[in-house]
Amino acid sequence: MRAPLSALEVARPRDLGQALGLLHAARNGERPVPLAGGTDIYVSLNAGVLPGRRFLDLGELRELKGVRGRDGALTLGALTTFAEIREHPVVRRRYPALAAAAAEIGGWQIQNRATLGGNIANASPAGDSLPVLLALEAVVHARSVRGPRDVPCTDLFRGYRDLALERDELITAVTLPPPPRARQFFRKVGTRRAQSISKVVFCGLLGLGGDGRVGLARLALGSVAPVTLRARRAEQILLGARPSAAVAAAARAALLEEVTPIDDIRSERDYRLLVSGNVLEQFLRATEPRFARA
Amino acid sequence: MSAIEITLKVNGTVRKSPMPPGIRLLDALRRLGYTGTKEGCGEGECGACTVLLDGRPVNSCLVPAIHAAGARVVTVEGLAPGPRLTALQRAFVDMGGAQCGICTPGMLVSAWELLARAKGRVPGEDEVREALAGNLCRCTGYQKIVDAVRAAARASRARSSRPGRRTPGARAGRSARARGAAARGPRGLR
Repeated sequence: MRAPLSALEVARPRDLGQALGLLHAARNGERPVPLAGGTDIYVSLNAGVLPGRRFLDLGELRELKGVRGRDGALTLGALTTFAEIREHPVVRRRYPALAAAAAEIGGWQIQNRATLGGNIANASPAGDSLPVLLALEAVVHARSVRGPRDVPCTDLFRGYRDLALERDELITAVTLPPPPRARQFFRKVGTRRAQSISKVVFCGLLGLGGDGRVGLARLALGSVAPVTLRARRAEQILLGARPSAAVAAAARAALLEEVTPIDDIRSERDYRLLVSGNVLEQFLRATEPRFARA
Repeated sequence: MSAIEITLKVNGTVRKSPMPPGIRLLDALRRLGYTGTKEGCGEGECGACTVLLDGRPVNSCLVPAIHAAGARVVTVEGLAPGPRLTALQRAFVDMGGAQCGICTPGMLVSAWELLARAKGRVPGEDEVREALAGNLCRCTGYQKIVDAVRAAARASRARSSRPGRRTPGARAGRSARARGAAARGPRGLR
């Protein structure tokens, strides 16, 4: 069933101020839906599911484009595409988990269009960049007619497809803080290597202190709960521990208590639980071989 | 909502037409007669509708036509401007790279972009598979398609190494500008 594309209204603001004004002005209680790369919105439209009838095309907004480094942090405009991310030398060197995620989001056709801001705004629990942003403790910059506001990713994913943002707030950029001294790991498990929606998506950061104990542990997962989440209890088990197979097993058990996957069109609860645990152990062993030893 | 005038530069030709503002690039192209671009799944999975937007492959079923205004669009028609088969077409024919054919226009566009990026190098099998990951073949004839793309690269290299032939150029956009016509492949791909 095709949505009547001819019936859609598309506003094309020339600058951010104009865009925020349009986003703030609800008509009949309905606000325009921001349109970036279109790789989620046009899928809905093509399926006959209208996310709205009025759209706000962000394509002309220079304020939402570009990647800038400052004080060791990196700020990516909301319209940065995943192709730009996977090719960006600073992302590749300092945030390899994000480069890896960008390279596995759809095929090249999607990566050339899909944007980081769009992946966040779409707020799918299966969004592939989201566990990486959560593990890197990225900050989302939003703006409305009331002014700018920063929301840490750790506070952003409030509920199923529900972000801690107001309806008239627009995501303008994302800042990745300086990467902690830790190994970064990304793993997506889907039906097919490319071009599939994740059954489980995982990002892990692990840093070892000079004493050989775990000094930093961040574990983030998608597709295994209504929201992208951090496995905080598993992280607590790892923190301060000396790597061993027993610690890995304890972290795995804790993680499986924190995720709440469901049976759906793409996978099953049991499979997702098994894979979540396997991916965690793969991450730990790949990062520190002592996690494989007794 | 009333139609707006949308200007597209398709295969080097500027085309203007009044269209609904939300129209997909896919529909705009087909309305303009570029019916080589096919709609497959309509959800960005299959890649049958792949075209190049400023030299990069995109799913035209997910691109608002207004985002293509001012950009260079290349459809499968733009890859083969003359009656003679290009090296890529010849390789698809010779190696059995097309079965039912619905995926073929998208496969050709993605493969062409990879070969343009490879600049005369023969891409490895994994590289071809990654470049074509966004193009599904329901006949599952992937091996022959991958073989065809690599054969085309080898054939182009052999031709471009002959005296008087330049090595394949850089990305689509630059060769398009050089010819001032449809964004054509690197010379080696003719």
